[in-house]
Amino acid sequence: MKEETEEIKWLEEEPEETLSVNPKRFILWLFIVSILMLFASFTSAYLVRRAEGNWLDFVMPSVFAYSTGVLIVSSITMHWAYLAAKKDNFNALRIAITITFVLGMIFLYMQFQGWVELVRNDVYFVGNPAGSFIYVFTGMHAFHLISGLIVLVFALVAAFRLRIHAKSLDQIHIATVYWHFLDVLWLYLFFFLLYFH
Amino acid sequence: MATESAVSTLSVHDAEHDHHEELSFLRKYVFAEDHKTIAKQYLISGIIWAIIGISFSVIFRLQLGFPQLKLEFLRPLIGNWIDETGKLSPDFYLALVTMHGTIMVFFVLTAGLSGTFSNFLIPLQVGARDMASGFLNMLSYWFFFLASMLMFVSLFLETGPAAGGWVVYPPLSALPQAHMGSQMGMTLWLSSMALFIVSQLLGGINYITTVINLRTRGMSFSKLPLTIWAFFLTAILGLISFPVLLSAALLLIFDRSFGTSFFLSEIYVAGEALPNVGGSPILFQHLFWFLGHPEVYIVMLPALGITSEIIATNSRKPIFGYRAMIASMMGIAFLAFIVWAHHMFVTGMNPFLGSVFMFLTLIIAVPSAVKAFNYITTLWRGNIRFTPAMLFSIGLVSFFISGGVTGLILGNSALDIQLHDTYFVVAHFHLVMGASSAFGLLAGVYHWFPKMFGRMMNEKMGYVHFWMTFIGIYCIFFPMHYIGIAGFPRRYYAFTSNDFTKNIFQDMNSFISIMAVITFSAQFLFLYNFVYSLIKGKKATQNPWHSNTLEWTTPVVPGHGNWPGEIPAVYRWPYDYSKPGAKDDFIPQNVPYSATPESNLPHENELISLEKAIEAQNYNDQFKQPH
Repeated sequence: MKEETEEIKWLEEEPEETLSVNPKRFILWLFIVSILMLFASFTSAYLVRRAEGNWLDFVMPSVFAYSTGVLIVSSITMHWAYLAAKKDNFNALRIAITITFVLGMIFLYMQFQGWVELVRNDVYFVGNPAGSFIYVFTGMHAFHLISGLIVLVFALVAAFRLRIHAKSLDQIHIATVYWHFLDVLWLYLFFFLLYFH
Repeated sequence: MATESAVSTLSVHDAEHDHHEELSFLRKYVFAEDHKTIAKQYLISGIIWAIIGISFSVIFRLQLGFPQLKLEFLRPLIGNWIDETGKLSPDFYLALVTMHGTIMVFFVLTAGLSGTFSNFLIPLQVGARDMASGFLNMLSYWFFFLASMLMFVSLFLETGPAAGGWVVYPPLSALPQAHMGSQMGMTLWLSSMALFIVSQLLGGINYITTVINLRTRGMSFSKLPLTIWAFFLTAILGLISFPVLLSAALLLIFDRSFGTSFFLSEIYVAGEALPNVGGSPILFQHLFWFLGHPEVYIVMLPALGITSEIIATNSRKPIFGYRAMIASMMGIAFLAFIVWAHHMFVTGMNPFLGSVFMFLTLIIAVPSAVKAFNYITTLWRGNIRFTPAMLFSIGLVSFFISGGVTGLILGNSALDIQLHDTYFVVAHFHLVMGASSAFGLLAGVYHWFPKMFGRMMNEKMGYVHFWMTFIGIYCIFFPMHYIGIAGFPRRYYAFTSNDFTKNIFQDMNSFISIMAVITFSAQFLFLYNFVYSLIKGKKATQNPWHSNTLEWTTPVVPGHGNWPGEIPAVYRWPYDYSKPGAKDDFIPQNVPYSATPESNLPHENELISLEKAIEAQNYNDQFKQPH
């Protein structure tokens, strides 16, 4: 009992400050965890199925590599937007968000072209699961990317209304983190599919 | 709280609380963003679903207990599912069993239990004005409502609701021609569950954020009530495991509606060879049970947290082993993710893998037992007050232990070969999870009714309700162990096809069914008590149970923002009951050590010097009130 008392005394020299991270940013990270789990589940299912054999081996359309590049560039422009907001550079902020949005749309278009290429190579959604999975991965990612585009639209509107500035960075921070997450997620899926073709 | 567009909710949250104009009826009671209102919405929804879910079980128990009984009297309720000879349709029997499971596990014991009590208690017990995001909270309830609508509509389809068991394994659930319940009923089931999962994720994210970010001054993690620890860990479990069910549901939707072959392979049905090749039904089982097992802890942990709180308060003793309780819950939460295949022992897995899952399953019994022991030790030599809430909490401990020990038997992969899909499993999970959690829900309602509604429930009715239900549940599920060992299979409409079932235990089955009807009737006593007390119950005092936690420091019925003035700071843990030397037999959390010199332990006297520092700390008040 005496040791316990002394131990507590040592630990509580100062009262711990109750942890306080910005709640809205924290909420975003939790969303990211849940989306990660969704894709972890899909990729696990992929690996389990692949290990069972009867797996169609095909070449990933090259357009996916280019779309990856486009998405990386869009992350750079997104980050530029964030930096602009921090410096109250409203013009740059609006331009950067717009460019990111356009690059995002181009990414989606290129993903669709990838699908066209897959169909041309006789790889369909219905058929060998190897083909089905690639449509699921790219489709689910595209769905989440669309949600990212919606977040960008809200950020753009807020930027125009001067609601984003050096003293009010939460919204642009959340949009930036989410966009980077979508980029990293795609990189993971892309290299996963490349390696476990 | 003007939140006309999502843009304004994403902006600095100061703007939301600068002005407090009166909210419209729609904003206050329908699309409410106040956690207390949302909790009540969940509670009412949970109660309605419980009535539906339990009614279904009574109907199919009538079939099992009295196979010759003419069920014409049910025709006004379920129409042509009773055929001309007065017999229940076997197809609808399967649908009833499926929907009973789905409704009870998801809509009553996940949404109704977590949704109600996490929403109601988290901000109040951690000392926050409301949840981190009232908007997401509102969305969480309304996604749940939409999910409920879809599931409810499926009950009235001509082809019937989903009928492949609550686990909806493919190929049965993937092929509309396999069973009529796999047609539109299954489509609605999947859509409903997708929305339900979204709802629970939104809720869980809010709970985690509020517990981590919005605790009041002085409320360190080691001073949190065990209810909050339980809700917190439950939300983490949900966050990680629900997306996996979503992925399983999505792939099943693709198999059903698009012709993919994730789960289907080499099937010949209704005279036709299906084109699907390469799928694996076992893949679905893995994905399903990866959620399915944590799900039972998602159902159980809140009830265990509620029990900790109620037993400590009503024993006038600190909970025995506060840190052990936390460590056990963490242990259970961690282990919950690595035992799922004990639901799949008979799928033909490598026996060594079976042993691995068996080993982990038996280990998870240890922290569970620690909790049970701690409840009992808390009761030991306590100054016990037998309120209805206390009785239900003690009843939970009883069911948890009875049901838990049969889990040790079922967790044994060799024994499971005999017992899988028998009534032994049904008895096990109803006792350990169904009845226990239901008792947690009821205990929570009895205990926090004064806080929710400002009135007391009738105690005598509560006692009668408890005894009838407690005895009734044991009478229903205890005999099922014998029936299960004898080999009676689950989900069977009748037992006339096997020699080992057709001539025995009919009387026991009848007994179970009679007890089911009686126990179901007893629940109407609770409903009457609930509604009557809402309107005419004795007005409650601020802290009728003399409890230590923060929710009892608000006004009798807390309003918007919970505390009219400053949020109290917290100085001590919530279990200072019957402290030697103290004036009263309880010392609330917000009473500083400087105010109780007569009962302070030596190290607590040292902490008095920290009080000023605690009061000056970062102040997580969402209303940005000056202090």
